[in-house]
Amino acid sequence: MRRARQLATVFLLLVALASAAAGFLAPSGYAHQFRDTPDASPSRQHWLGTDDLGRDRFARLLYGTRVSLCLAPAAALLSSLLAALIGGVAGFCGGRLEQLVLAGTDLFLSLPWLFLLITIRALLPLNLPPVTSVVITFMLLGCLGWAVAARVICSDAHLLRNCDFILLARASGLGGWRLLVRHLLPNLMPIVYAQFWLSIPIFILTEANLGILGLGVSEPLPSWGTLLRDLESCSSMSHLWQFAPLLLLIAAVSCFHLLVVDREFPA
Amino acid sequence: MRRVLFTVLSLWLAFGSARAQSATQLRFCLRSEPKTFNPLLVEEDSSDTVRYLTGGVLVRLNRKTQKLEPGLATDWKVSRDGRTIAFTLRPGLKFSDGTSFSAADVAYTVQQMMEPSLHSPIGDTFRSGEGATESKILAADKVAISFPAPVAGLDRLFDQVAIMSASSAKKEMAVLGPYYVSENHAGSYLMLERNPNYWRQDAAGRPLPYIDSIRLDIQQNRDLELLRLERGEIDLVNSIDPEYYEKLVKEKPALAHDAGPSLDSEHMWFNQVPTAAISDYKKAWFQSANFRRAVSEAINRQDLARIAFRGHARPAVGIVSPANQFWFNDKLRPHPFDQKSALQRLQKDGFRLHDGVLRDVNGHVVEFSIITNAGNRYRERMATMIQQDLAGVGMKVNVVTLDFPSLIERITRTFTYEACLLGLVNTDLDPASVMNVWLSSAENHQWSPGEKKPATAWEAEIDRLMRAQASTLDDHRRKQYFDRVQEIAWEQEPFIYLVTKNALSAISTSLSNAQPVVLRPQVFWNVDELKLAPEVAATR
Repeated sequence: MRRARQLATVFLLLVALASAAAGFLAPSGYAHQFRDTPDASPSRQHWLGTDDLGRDRFARLLYGTRVSLCLAPAAALLSSLLAALIGGVAGFCGGRLEQLVLAGTDLFLSLPWLFLLITIRALLPLNLPPVTSVVITFMLLGCLGWAVAARVICSDAHLLRNCDFILLARASGLGGWRLLVRHLLPNLMPIVYAQFWLSIPIFILTEANLGILGLGVSEPLPSWGTLLRDLESCSSMSHLWQFAPLLLLIAAVSCFHLLVVDREFPA
Repeated sequence: MRRVLFTVLSLWLAFGSARAQSATQLRFCLRSEPKTFNPLLVEEDSSDTVRYLTGGVLVRLNRKTQKLEPGLATDWKVSRDGRTIAFTLRPGLKFSDGTSFSAADVAYTVQQMMEPSLHSPIGDTFRSGEGATESKILAADKVAISFPAPVAGLDRLFDQVAIMSASSAKKEMAVLGPYYVSENHAGSYLMLERNPNYWRQDAAGRPLPYIDSIRLDIQQNRDLELLRLERGEIDLVNSIDPEYYEKLVKEKPALAHDAGPSLDSEHMWFNQVPTAAISDYKKAWFQSANFRRAVSEAINRQDLARIAFRGHARPAVGIVSPANQFWFNDKLRPHPFDQKSALQRLQKDGFRLHDGVLRDVNGHVVEFSIITNAGNRYRERMATMIQQDLAGVGMKVNVVTLDFPSLIERITRTFTYEACLLGLVNTDLDPASVMNVWLSSAENHQWSPGEKKPATAWEAEIDRLMRAQASTLDDHRRKQYFDRVQEIAWEQEPFIYLVTKNALSAISTSLSNAQPVVLRPQVFWNVDELKLAPEVAATR
């Protein structure tokens, strides 16, 4: 299992490096349309062929990986921090505050996420550059994705609150924020860490879903979500190289899961 | 006794199997369940299909020749003032339930159609002025209908009016068309049986239609629909996308049919609403004909048709598709792709291209967004291609895909957009059908809806010409007026027409007499003349 984890780390590093060197590995760029050769098969010029507008698939895969692999962890970090703050404070304080936060979290979980995202995306200004648009999309995902993690963290904080070491710290006169920051939060870190790693593949898949709906990253910037849309076309089955983004997504998500499942967190 | 019984049984079986063999059933799919069987309330495709297959009309537009032909009426005459139409009805006709057909049924249908409380969409197309519509029964087979004001293309409008029985207990289910609805399994399928009282006969005197029944399966999924066609489970797909068409050409080319340019087009426009919440300098760009023409010339329409629609579209010319044989102004040509000419036009308005960035006379960078509906791959492709084309003249375009309700909200109520890319589906050939777009006061005057008075001289001129063509009965004079409207629209380009889509369909080889055309319904417009191969009939 340890070896599998090592392999997963190496794979993710290689993918991250390749996407960072996209400009060098795929000089044709992700946006240029080679209109004389749309839907071309793999060749020396285009390693994965071209898409239906004649854009280089390999370049789009590398740039798309950069977008999804950079911004999904950022969104995961944002949602994990929000979850730690909301869930941690609620669990630590207990009582009515905890009940209120849990009720609020339940309410948040009952919201139809997809429609909420579509509505918020529709309310955004139209004249946004694609990069700003994609950052906003992932920020939205981060801001909306804290609720499940907050519930888990709240439950853990609730248990910790009654632990002997916390009672001892209280008896020693430690209270308020210092107790929270010095004793509770360090002990919540393993669960926050796990929630962070779990959130990354979730956000990648959510963005992919939004991309399939045409509401994710705006053209011409690629992401794994927008690349997966190519699979909708009828000819996909006869062009196996079109499945490269899907295979990469599956591999990356599996690697993230391997990292989470086998991680031994310091208690 | 046994021998007699055996003989009778054999004869009965033989007769039964012969009947079974001759019973033919056409099968195809509806994309959704019909919302109504009342022909006067039809709004969507599925109900329209049922209306076409079951409804008897006074005059029928031949979808191939695009000319009117007698239907339930053998003769008709429009009065000089364009307000009255008189029909002479075919004698001795009966509804599907055996009720007799007479002038009273026509008067009843018209009265129902024009009843304000019914909100009939087809009735709205006849509403040309304030006042009541009168139907005068001149004889059992003669009826005259008078409208309060002249109605342009009055006779053609009756192609959509399925006559209902005034006296039948079955109400709208008693029909005069080739088929009647016999079974309705909600959400699953609809069965139409041959109308035994249908009036048409073939040249040899055999009663039409040839096919005994039609099964309409409710099928939303287009992949499944095409798969079922390839398996022989259905006989036709009335309209298919270019991607499906290409797939079919590769797998079963005999099934694929491209009837050429249809009436449907794709176009974009700039928001010119004076109160819109966009910068004044951008409003000034969008209101400039030079700017609009430059954008138009900077877009490579050939590439849009070739790449986005896989070659199954043509560069669009203007308001009217070349498929509309009579009304199309054949002097007009699609705007050529010429980025040099585009830059020259922009320079006339003070725009300057420097280091690949276009700036206006006050130094503002030319950047705008194009919205289109999410999920429509053809429009998304077009928008991305336009983005690259306009980058060639230094314009920066942001493509934004929105869910359809949000998009409609922006273009009809809030006007918070800069440019929009959408399509136009035309079902009618007559210019009267586009009055609600080209009159400056119209709500569908999309670049600036509901203008209190025409904002520009050319819009005032279009208003004048559209009203003139609507109040004239002479088709050639009407065409002169409408040709000029097309020329003004071509020069000013409030709508930048991009491509005209081809009419693509798929038809089983076992279906004969099918002649796909560009007008709806493309494949089954001559449903009463369609025939199925006997071997297909035997398997169903």
